[in-house]
Amino acid sequence: MPLITYIEHNGREHKVEVPLGHSVMQGAVDNAIPGIDADCGGECACATCHVFVDPAWLGRTGTPDAQEKSMVSFASTAQANSRLACQIQVTAALDGLVVRMPEAQH
Amino acid sequence: MSQPPRIIIAGAGHAGGSAAAFLRQYGWQGEIVLVGEESLPPYQRPPLSKAWLKGEAKAESLALRPPHFYEKQAITLRLGTRVTGIDRAARQVRLGDGSTLDYTALILATGAHARPLTVPGHDLPGVLALRNAADADALQAALRPGQRLVIIGGGYIGLEVAASARALGADVTVIEREARVLARVAGPELSGFLAAAHAAHGVRIVCDAGVAEILAQDGRAAGVRLTDGAAIAADAVLVGVGALPNEALAHAAGLPCHNGILVDMEARTEDAAIFAIGDCTCRPLPHYDHRRHRLESVPNAIEQAKQAAAAICGRPGPVPEIPWFWSDQYDLRLQMAGLAFDTAVSVVRGDPRAGSFCVFHLDVHDRVLALEAVNAPADFMAGRQLVAKGARIAPGALEDSGIDLKSLTG
Repeated sequence: MPLITYIEHNGREHKVEVPLGHSVMQGAVDNAIPGIDADCGGECACATCHVFVDPAWLGRTGTPDAQEKSMVSFASTAQANSRLACQIQVTAALDGLVVRMPEAQH
Repeated sequence: MSQPPRIIIAGAGHAGGSAAAFLRQYGWQGEIVLVGEESLPPYQRPPLSKAWLKGEAKAESLALRPPHFYEKQAITLRLGTRVTGIDRAARQVRLGDGSTLDYTALILATGAHARPLTVPGHDLPGVLALRNAADADALQAALRPGQRLVIIGGGYIGLEVAASARALGADVTVIEREARVLARVAGPELSGFLAAAHAAHGVRIVCDAGVAEILAQDGRAAGVRLTDGAAIAADAVLVGVGALPNEALAHAAGLPCHNGILVDMEARTEDAAIFAIGDCTCRPLPHYDHRRHRLESVPNAIEQAKQAAAAICGRPGPVPEIPWFWSDQYDLRLQMAGLAFDTAVSVVRGDPRAGSFCVFHLDVHDRVLALEAVNAPADFMAGRQLVAKGARIAPGALEDSGIDLKSLTG
């Protein structure tokens, strides 16, 4: 299973294996990793699973669609590498992915 | 000798399951016992009227957390039973099997139940409600191509089921008591738009219609007779006329209830050791002069789960949220934020004919109180911030699609 590193805003790291086909959001929620709320359960409706994709991985996480882009652009801490973790599907190519969480999701 | 610290959560729905997870995230080291009436560990209910009903979601994806989560997080699941009584003086609950458990703190997450219909025939086989997975399975079995479904109640559940039932090829009629669908929960602009969308998908909507009786044939529901005498044939009848809070347990324990268990911004009841979260509560709304309201939504369940877990763990509570929820019907993504108390003006931004627009509801001082977005996620996100800030915006500026809402959120 691909290993994904989640880094909390305070710097604490969590390395977990996430099954193929799950989303990066599910990987955090299923392992009780703080910093990703995922209120809507992965429907791209709430923007509470905002993460910053490590720049080295941006080429492999794909690009957000229009809905995700407009949702995430309103996060107070949005940056160029902002994504909604529910919209990133885990593939073998993402083994080693590093994402960082913002200070707050709301 | 003192007992080990233990949190008991009564109710294993979205609120209860989330509270257990947040308690661990926030560092609670003692026992957590999650008591649930259903046989399933906590699962997500929103898909039950949508993807799950259409057969597009796997059971695994419905689960709030994977099965191993509870063992790993040392959360004890007591499923298939319920808390039947609370002894507040002894800080002890009684379970369905007669056993008792002591608590350090108790979280009531008992949810809500479908408001029952009281007309003759309401208890016939084939008269369904939709609150849980078993209900959804029963409803799905009734939704084959050509089967006739009559939905009593044009609220969100009724309309979501109507859309899913049409996708499955069923013949659908919605009966609404008020003059328009979503009369209690949405503005007339959204009601009108959605009624037209459902009509375009072949749903018959009958408004201003009272139900006199559920008609029976061979001991099963076979139709609905309206108060004007008209009869509508049905193979199944779904009743979606609202939900009532499950507050009997709290009420019996002497906790104040009024359309829900009364709680504060820490989700605490009158008893400092008892919290209540989710659909069963009536809570203050800080963005609306702290007026009390009962919210039935996943975001509210999660917010109150955080409030209770934070209070128990001695952490600062979450930043108060603007109430919001979402719905999916056909290819329409609906996102609603805020509550339209005391609105004076409604402004439509975007073009309903193009299927993408947002309705803003303002008070007499042009303060943005609430909004309803249809396939307009950017307007939803911006609008939610306007509501949170209590922003006053001239209706003309909201209406003008040429003005970027982001520039107004400041």
